[in-house]
Amino acid sequence: MEAKHESLLEIHDLSVSFRMYDHALEQHDLQVISDLHLTVRPGEVVAIAGSSGSGKSLLASAILGILPGNATVHGHLHYKGQQLTPERQAQLRGTEIALVPQSIAYLDPLMKVGRQADGHRRPRPTEKRRKLFARFGLPEQTENLYPFQLSGGMARRVLVSTALITDAKLVIADEPTPGMSLDQALEALTLFRTLADEGRGVILITHDIDLAFAFADRVAVFYAGTTVETAPAADFRTGPEALRHPYSQALWRALPQNGFEPVPGFQPYAGNLPKGCLYAPRCPYRTPECEQAVPPVRTVRGGEVRCYHGA
Amino acid sequence: MRRMNRRTRVLMLTLVMALLLAAVYLAGLLVPEEAVASHFMEARQAPSLTHLFGTDTLGRDLFWRTIKGLSVSLTVGIAASGISAVVAVLVGIAAAVGSKRVDGVINWVIDLVMGVPHTILVLLISFALGRGLTGLLVGIACTHWCSLARLIRGEVMQLRSQQYVAVSRRLGKSSGWILIHHLLPHLVPQFFVGLILLFPHAILHEASISFLGYGLPPEQPAIGIILAESMNYLSAGMWWPAVFPGLTLVAIVLLIDRLGDNLRKILDPYSAQE
Amino acid sequence: MKQTAMRLGRVFVRKGLRIVSLLLAVSIIAFALVCASPIDPVQQYILKLGTTVSPERRAALEEYWGVNDPPVERYVNWISNLLKGDWGESALYRRPVAEIIGERFANSLALMACAWVLSGLLGFFLGCVMGLYRDRWPDQILQKICYLLSSVPTFWLGLVLLLIFAVTLGWFPVGFSSPIGVLDADVTIWQRLYHLALPAITLSLMSFSNIALHTRQKLTDVLSSEYVLFARARGEGKWTILRRHGLRNILLPALTLQFASFAELFGGSVLAENVFSYPGLGSAVAAAGLNSDVPLLLGVTLFSALFVCVGNMLADLLYGIVDPQIREVES
Repeated sequence: MEAKHESLLEIHDLSVSFRMYDHALEQHDLQVISDLHLTVRPGEVVAIAGSSGSGKSLLASAILGILPGNATVHGHLHYKGQQLTPERQAQLRGTEIALVPQSIAYLDPLMKVGRQADGHRRPRPTEKRRKLFARFGLPEQTENLYPFQLSGGMARRVLVSTALITDAKLVIADEPTPGMSLDQALEALTLFRTLADEGRGVILITHDIDLAFAFADRVAVFYAGTTVETAPAADFRTGPEALRHPYSQALWRALPQNGFEPVPGFQPYAGNLPKGCLYAPRCPYRTPECEQAVPPVRTVRGGEVRCYHGA
Repeated sequence: MRRMNRRTRVLMLTLVMALLLAAVYLAGLLVPEEAVASHFMEARQAPSLTHLFGTDTLGRDLFWRTIKGLSVSLTVGIAASGISAVVAVLVGIAAAVGSKRVDGVINWVIDLVMGVPHTILVLLISFALGRGLTGLLVGIACTHWCSLARLIRGEVMQLRSQQYVAVSRRLGKSSGWILIHHLLPHLVPQFFVGLILLFPHAILHEASISFLGYGLPPEQPAIGIILAESMNYLSAGMWWPAVFPGLTLVAIVLLIDRLGDNLRKILDPYSAQE
Repeated sequence: MKQTAMRLGRVFVRKGLRIVSLLLAVSIIAFALVCASPIDPVQQYILKLGTTVSPERRAALEEYWGVNDPPVERYVNWISNLLKGDWGESALYRRPVAEIIGERFANSLALMACAWVLSGLLGFFLGCVMGLYRDRWPDQILQKICYLLSSVPTFWLGLVLLLIFAVTLGWFPVGFSSPIGVLDADVTIWQRLYHLALPAITLSLMSFSNIALHTRQKLTDVLSSEYVLFARARGEGKWTILRRHGLRNILLPALTLQFASFAELFGGSVLAENVFSYPGLGSAVAAAGLNSDVPLLLGVTLFSALFVCVGNMLADLLYGIVDPQIREVES
C-alpha cells in the first residue's frame, strides 16, 4: 500500500489547443483539453471515462508527446516527479511509457506481427516476445502472420505484448474493448488488471464505463476536455449518492442497468465552451456562481471534484 | 470580406490569363504574311529589338513565326481536347450507368488505347489520314479521352452510390431525371476542368508530333517544325531558334495549366480548399 | 497449395486471354488504319527509286505488295506470316522487319532501361524527400520543378540539353549510339554508355515527376496513418519510421507504377531518339511513317503494344507476389 502514494504520473492544469485555419485562412486556437488534473500511482488502474469528444484519446498523445505539429500544450506534466519535457518524452515513450492502441489499424499492414511486436530497438527482444506470446496463449506461428490475418482476440493480445515487450512502468490503453464480446472484454480488462498488480500504472481510456468501474481502482470522469471528478471506483459501484459531480451521477443513471436515463442536452464543442463551469448549461443544480467562473478542484470524501456544489 | 477578395483575385487572374491566351491566338491569326516572309538579307540574325527571337536561315522573323505556330497549336489543342472531352464524358457516363457488359467493353477499349504508346498511335492515325493536320487532330483526340473517361466513370459511380441518389430512385424518379438533377450538376464542372487539363497535354502532343515531321507541311509555322529545323543549325552555333520558340511553348502550356487550376478553384470550391 | 496453384493458373489464363485479345485488336486496327491511308506505298516506293518504272514492273510491285487484294485477305496473309515469324520486309531499309526490330530494340532497350532505372531512383528519392518535408520549402520547390517538367515537351528538353552539354560544353557527343567510324564489335561498353547518357537523362527527367508526386502522396498517407502514430508512440524516430514503415509501404506501389509506365516510356523514347539521332525503334518508326514503310510501321506498332503489355503484366505479377493481402485474396 505504501507504494501507492508515490505518484507515477501527475498532471496539473493541462490544456491542449490546436491552431486551426478556417476557410478565410484566418487562424485561431481551438482548446480541446482545459485545466485537466490526473494522478496515476504504481499498481493502480485509473479508468478515464467520458463520452466521445471529451478529449480522452488526445490525453494519451499529450502524455507521450506525439500530438500533431499544430498543437500547443500548457500545464504541468510530471513523470516520477520529473517534468515531462519533449526530450524526456522522446526518451520515455516505448521504454517506460507504453501505449496499447485500439485496433490492428495501428499495426503496419505489411510487417509480420512478430517483427512488429519486437519493435525497432536492438538487440531484438525475440526471446522475450516469444515468451509473452506463449503467456497470452498465442500459437507459435502467430509471429509469421500479417496483421490482417489476426482474429480480434489475437490482435488484442499482440497489441498488449507490444507494450509488455518494453519495461514500461506506465501503460496507457486506448479504448481496448469496443467491438469485443463481453468475454473478450473481460479477458482484456483482466489482463490490464494483472499488469497493474505487477506494479505498473495503467491508464484505461474507455467508454465502456461499467466495465471500467469493475476493474479500475479509480475513475476519472472526462467532460468537454477536463476532469470533472476523480473518485475511487468503489463509489461508482455504490451508486450516485456516493458520487460528487452531477455529471458523474447522470452518467451512472444513464447506464442500462441503472435506468437508462439519458442526460439531457449536449456536450459543448471545443471552441464553443461556456465561460464558467463546463457542465453548467446541462446541470440541474446550477447557480449564477457556476456561470461566472470555472470551479476549482476540491477534495471531497477522498475524491476530487470540480464543482461548487458537489458534496 | 477576405474570402470575397481571394475569390475575386482568382477571377481577375483567370480573366487576365484567358485574355492573354486570346491575344496570342488572335495575333497568330492576324499576323500578315509579310511579317513571316523570307528576307535573305536578314538571315541568321541573333535576337535583337527588331527581331525579338532572331531570324532563321531563310531570314524569317522567329517571333512572329512562333506566335503563328502557337495559334496553330491552340487551334489543334482546343479542337482535340474538345473532341476527346466529349468522347470522355459520353463514354464515362455510359460505362458507369450502362450494364456490366457495356462497362466491360468500355474498359477493354480503354485498355486497348492505353496499350499502345500514344506517340505511336498518333503517328499511325496521322499516317492513315495522309499525314496532314486533320490526322494530327484526330490522332490526338483519339488518344486523350481515356484518362478523363476513367475519371468521370469513377465520379458517376461514386455519385450513384450516394444516399440522395438512392433516395431519388426509391421515390420512383427515372434514371433520366436523376442524371439531369443529380449527376450533371456535378459533372459539368468536372468536364470543364478535365477539358482544360487535357488542353496543355494536347498542345504538347501536337508540338511533339509535328516535330517528328507529321502534321503541317514543313514550310508552315508550327512550333514543332521550327524546333525540328533548329536542330540542323545547332552545331553551327544558332541557339536562338531552339531556345525561344520552345520557351514560349512552355510558357503557354504553364499558363493554360494555371488557368485550369484557377478555373477549378472557381467551379469546384471543395477541391480548392484542400 | 494445389488450390493456390489452380487459382493462380486461372488468373494467368484470364490475363493471358485479355492480352491476346488486346494484341489482336491492335493488329486489326493498325492494319485497317494503314489500309485506309491515302498514301500509296507503291507510288512512294517508286518515287524513292528515283527512276521511271515500266507498267509491268509496277504491276509486279503491286502484286508483291498485294495492294489489289481485298484488305481482309491481306490482313490474314500478314498476320499468318507474322505468326510464322515473317514480319515482312521493310521498304525503307530493304531488310526483314523482324531483323530491324530486333537490332533497333536492343538499342532502345538499353536507352529505356537506363532511363527507367534513373527516373525510378530519382523519382522515388525526391518523392520521399517531398513527403518527409511536406509543405516545407524542399517540398514546395520540388513540387514546382515536377509541375514545370510536366509542362516541358520531351524533345525540347532534349534539344536544350543537347545545346548546353553537347554543343556548348562539348561534354557529350551529339548523337548516335556509338562513335562514328568504329566497328560495332569494337565499341566498348563505356563508349556506349557515354553516347547513351544524354538521351537517357532527357527521358528520365521527363518521367520522374510522375513517380515522385505519387511517392510523395503515398508517403504522406503513410506518415499520417495510425500505425505510424503508434510507431511514434513506441519511440521510433523520423528516420526509423521511414526505414521500417515508409519504405515498406511505398516501395511496392512505386515499383508497380513504374512498370505500368512502359507506354509513356516508349512514347518518350520515340522523341528522345529522334532528337539525339539515336538508332532505336523510335527513330525507325518515325522514319517508317514518313517514308510510308508500311511493314515496319505495323511491326513496330505491334511490338510496342507487346512491350506495354509485358510492363502491365509485370506490374500485376509484382503486386500479386509481394503484397501479402493480395496474395491471400487471390489464393
